[in-house]
Amino acid sequence: MKADFGVRCAGAEPVIYELSKPGRNATTLPALDVPQAELPPASMLRDGIDLPEVDELTLMRHYVRLSQLNWAIDIGFYPLGSCTMKYNPKVNEAAARLPGFAHTHPYQDVHTVQGNLLLLYELQEMLAEIAGFSAVTLQPSAGAHGELTGVLMMRAYHLDRGEPQRVRIIVPDSAHGTNPATTGMAGLEVVEVPSDDRGNVDLEALRTVCGDTVCGLMLTNPNTLGLFEEHLQDVIDLIHDCGGLVYGDGANFNALLGIAKPGELGFDVMHYNLHKTFSTPHGGGGPGVGAVGVSEALAPFLPGPLAVMCRCDEDDCGCGCDCGDDEIAADAVCFHLAMPEKSIGRVKAFYGNFGVLVRAYTYIRMLGAAGLREVSEMAVLNANYLKSQVQGLYPISHDRIHMHEFVAKGIIPDAPDVHALDIAKRLIDYGFHPPTNYFPLIVPEALMIEPTETESKETLDAFAAALRAIRGEAVTDPEVLHEAPHSAPVRRLDEVRAARQPVLRWQGD
Amino acid sequence: MSYVPHTDADRAEMLAAIGVEAVEDLFHDVPAAQRFPDLDLPDPLSEMEIMAELQAISEENLDLGHFTSFLGAGAYQHYVPRIVDHVISRSEFYTAYTPYQPEISQGTLQSIFEYQSMICALTGVEVANASHYDGATSTAEAVVMALNVARGKRKRVILSPGVHPEYRAVIRTYVQGMDLDIVGDDDLTADLNDLAALLDKDTACLVVQSPNFFGEIEDLAGLAEKVQAARALLIVVTDPISLGMLKPPGEYGADIVVGEGQALGNGLNYGGPYLGLFACREKHVRKMAGRLVGETVDTEGRRGFVLTLSTREQHIRRERATSNICTNQALCALATSVHLAALGPAGMRKLAELCYHKAHYAASRIAALDRFQVVGQKPFFKEFVVRCPAPVKAINDYLLAEWGIIGGYDLGKDYPHLEDHMLICVTEVISKEEIEALADALSEAVEEVAS
Repeated sequence: MKADFGVRCAGAEPVIYELSKPGRNATTLPALDVPQAELPPASMLRDGIDLPEVDELTLMRHYVRLSQLNWAIDIGFYPLGSCTMKYNPKVNEAAARLPGFAHTHPYQDVHTVQGNLLLLYELQEMLAEIAGFSAVTLQPSAGAHGELTGVLMMRAYHLDRGEPQRVRIIVPDSAHGTNPATTGMAGLEVVEVPSDDRGNVDLEALRTVCGDTVCGLMLTNPNTLGLFEEHLQDVIDLIHDCGGLVYGDGANFNALLGIAKPGELGFDVMHYNLHKTFSTPHGGGGPGVGAVGVSEALAPFLPGPLAVMCRCDEDDCGCGCDCGDDEIAADAVCFHLAMPEKSIGRVKAFYGNFGVLVRAYTYIRMLGAAGLREVSEMAVLNANYLKSQVQGLYPISHDRIHMHEFVAKGIIPDAPDVHALDIAKRLIDYGFHPPTNYFPLIVPEALMIEPTETESKETLDAFAAALRAIRGEAVTDPEVLHEAPHSAPVRRLDEVRAARQPVLRWQGD
Repeated sequence: MSYVPHTDADRAEMLAAIGVEAVEDLFHDVPAAQRFPDLDLPDPLSEMEIMAELQAISEENLDLGHFTSFLGAGAYQHYVPRIVDHVISRSEFYTAYTPYQPEISQGTLQSIFEYQSMICALTGVEVANASHYDGATSTAEAVVMALNVARGKRKRVILSPGVHPEYRAVIRTYVQGMDLDIVGDDDLTADLNDLAALLDKDTACLVVQSPNFFGEIEDLAGLAEKVQAARALLIVVTDPISLGMLKPPGEYGADIVVGEGQALGNGLNYGGPYLGLFACREKHVRKMAGRLVGETVDTEGRRGFVLTLSTREQHIRRERATSNICTNQALCALATSVHLAALGPAGMRKLAELCYHKAHYAASRIAALDRFQVVGQKPFFKEFVVRCPAPVKAINDYLLAEWGIIGGYDLGKDYPHLEDHMLICVTEVISKEEIEALADALSEAVEEVAS
């Protein structure tokens, strides 16, 4: 089972500027139907723009050929750890493109966009229910954006309580790099704590850093080793007892749908990655949504505006139905936008990546409670099954039952010169996207594998077979690994040169 | 429907291989008291049922396919060529992740490289990144970058009141932990001279928008010199469509150029997903946040593209990173690239001029109406401010109810001194007939709602 990149695309695709010929054009615009106005002074006008000039067929072929240089979920297995590359249902795409949603302006009067607001409100409510929180904002655009939102809220909460000295955020050494980066952005200090030999937060180390300067702890659970914290209650109690808050990094929430609610476990705030857990496409790096759920105590600090529901027979809703009229149905409601009382402010213009939110809403409504639980059950089953097939071939970071992912070490005793990177690149030749490698930082030669629930046993078996074959090649023919990939559109790329002599735009031949 | 392929036989074989009896046995690490909670959610639906329900929900909205709209204010209705949706609907683009494995991500990487090239051409500065979340967050990240360029030693940020109110709000959210002195927009009538007078040796940056929130083209000539004399950075927020005809901020000496890219290739979508344009001078590139793609070669000397200058980024620098951002709005940026390449230089010019002339025609028609006044002395692009003889909401309610027209943005919400002022946006999608209808509708509205 080898990838066939070389067959589908014989050579590199030129940069679009290299396809340009003066005078070509790929668009039509209507003729001007009003009198011309006087243009601004010439000093305010530009001479020309260095954009490519192409016809529509050239443009389409260019992007189709570029697309063929990509790996994607719809092509094959994509077991990137902590990225949850599950199938993106096609109905979601149709839903987001419904004209009634797609062609609405964010500043329309709320009474003209009741459908949008109903969807936002219900999605807030469903996400809150799934994770056990009191309220949810849909505004952040990515996981890192959700983190910034959550940490700013924690800071605001302590300031509001008259505790400005709480400036330290505790981050385990297994954390995503975004956690410390977010802390820095929020003007707070990072305190790192180590993991113990079972992959949990080291309780003794944690105890020594707890105190009245702690703003909170950022915890990914299951963590980046794919392990559920065995002392979760102790960890949360330690932080709460010293007056701190517990932030949950929801990157790995795909393991917990219907399995546990982070809010009930004691988390005060958590971001959801709708582009991971709730099946919205990653789009080559975005757009996503990093929605944030919070406990009741933090709800007043949420960014806004939020979608809120008003009862037409009680509230001054102004929706057009006559509020004083006895005829009004007792259950009549309408939806508005409102800023929470002590909001940290907006984190984005408008209300969030609405088109992405429609996709996530569609997914949750189709799965329901039982379907969501099945997602996490099968995600965890797949991870543990694949681990059972890999563990005789490569060492596994920890000998425990894993959640939705696990970390193998790319270490082959009989092939000391072969590294995780070589194994990862060789997997491309076997028709698989490599796992996340060299992360988490605390596992040497890490290969972090997250199969997701949408992959079949046959796919997992084929992936394990490839890892077995590569292990054999590593001993008999290590060069084939060092030089991999052999079948991709390009060979390994010189990243040092790219950084030392940056070429960041097309500058001609 | 969970989109899972597991048969009962698969489950049994897999559990046996793991060595547990039941799926529930995989969750013993989860505290028993909280394990397997009930989720109170609506019953699951088939694809047919959810599409019918969503169709019904979406039809509760009044959408711009059925109503003529004069709303802009940072989100713009432009015609998106059909080719854009064909390209971004290709699975190979939209079901790919961030291009961490460059050998099998050349499509995404090269498309971003081309996007960066086109944004540089448009803005007139040397380096553009792969995009931020939206125009507001781009602007906030530009301010953070300016603070970093000053190594945290300068605490003053000057904001023009002509910068989009929500962008200014997002800046304040982002920097609330940084103890800054944010000035300029405390006087909502401040002009560029007033702002320049606030420059001092503690100033990290001055942020100005052109065309500004009121649609006016700011005269940026000379401003960069004043800002540079204070050793601060000039950040210009702009509308990319305007750059089809207007001199780009880079030519005025802007250090950082940001803006909302939605107008190029992305629909309105009730406010998102959009993309933040972000471009800067080459000398500042190592302080720039966000993904950057660079050209390089593979081991056989062939051209290829990689994510580069990652030492700026969170996964390397952790708490010392310039920002926590790890992604871009890749698919939105792809849409922008396709639209830009489809337009080319001639199409961009024509598009900008269509907006300009139509907006000016609309302004002239409204200026001729009794009791309406087009205010502002500066040249404008595709938006202009109208003083109304009645509250904007009352007029807009009338326009919608009687004429099926969605009127302009009510400026009084953000600018108390502009109560009863409406911001009207006219783009190429508005026809002459629709402009005439707006003028007639406004004229009639006066009779009905203004006393």
